[in-house]
Amino acid sequence: MAGRVIVVTSGKGGVGKTTTTANLGAGLASLGRRVCLVDADIGLRNLDVVMGLENRIVYDLVEVVEGHARLRNALIKDKRLDGLFLLPAAQTREKDAVTPEQMKALCAQLAEEFDYVLVDSPAGIEHGFRNAIAGATEAIIVTTPEVAAVRDADRITGLLEAHELSNPRLIINRIRPQMVRRGDMLDIDDVIEILAIDLLGIVPDDESIIVATNKGEPVVLGGNTRAAQAYRNIVRRIEGEEVPFMQLEEEGWLSRLRSLVGFGRKQRGA
Amino acid sequence: MLDFFMRLFRGEDQSKHVAKERLRLVLVQDRTSLSPQALDALKEDLIAVISKYLEIDETGPDVVLERDGDSIALVATIPVKRAAGVARAGR
Repeated sequence: MAGRVIVVTSGKGGVGKTTTTANLGAGLASLGRRVCLVDADIGLRNLDVVMGLENRIVYDLVEVVEGHARLRNALIKDKRLDGLFLLPAAQTREKDAVTPEQMKALCAQLAEEFDYVLVDSPAGIEHGFRNAIAGATEAIIVTTPEVAAVRDADRITGLLEAHELSNPRLIINRIRPQMVRRGDMLDIDDVIEILAIDLLGIVPDDESIIVATNKGEPVVLGGNTRAAQAYRNIVRRIEGEEVPFMQLEEEGWLSRLRSLVGFGRKQRGA
Repeated sequence: MLDFFMRLFRGEDQSKHVAKERLRLVLVQDRTSLSPQALDALKEDLIAVISKYLEIDETGPDVVLERDGDSIALVATIPVKRAAGVARAGR
């Protein structure tokens, strides 16, 4: 049976696509799945450094597509997990070095060998994005609780639907529970209400992500941080398990007092 | 002082409400390529037509475009006072 090809995309840059791809891949591989991560961000590759595999690159995606390298020789095996591989992007080529048809063929070939093919999409909605989604059968949209990121996520949802990727699932990244609590950050319900797509997971803003990225180690493989737990939950949901959404924080005294007095809930239905 | 506490409790100063409202407006434009001016004009026309039959609370109408899956719906919430010209005392 062919594996699942899932594109991780967002529209806006800097919301955490690459970190998400790395952690979901590592999380799935740690459950014993065979996973190939594909960096589709040609010219601006980064999945290699987030994974800590930057020193092992011999061939890249463009060389494979052009027939200058065998796929098998370009795949970098992860040093920590048996079933985890990375196909790096080319760094010195342009985005249009690859066509959507070539990406489709490449993903189909990878899906024969792997349970999961996770494609890390570049930011934007141009050629690189169209390449990244070409071979995908499912899509994950990453956003943060900010106006610009949510707006772009909505735009991407429309574009995915136009390309027959009609049920994208959403990861809300970098939630700061304290800001949500005092009403200075869109909360999960707000974002879901606005975007009207299915929620796959929520990831709290966590310094451990930066520390892990400094070291080139996906946080999901490290200790028991909130972010690691969040990614593990998402991985289980991708696998089809029903996992309750993480409680970000105990309710603060103010919101408890508010609900006691009867205020504060009013805005919900508005 | 009391005012301060009321604001605190009701959360009117919370910036997320501003964010949400701005998002709603900008997404209408993104989803339909309809400008806010065009949407306002649509709203006024709708009210004008409905006013022929019903007496409307002019301050209340809310016309928004919402996406439900892959389709877009025009959702109009128009509070009605009573049927026009059929004013009944006490209602």
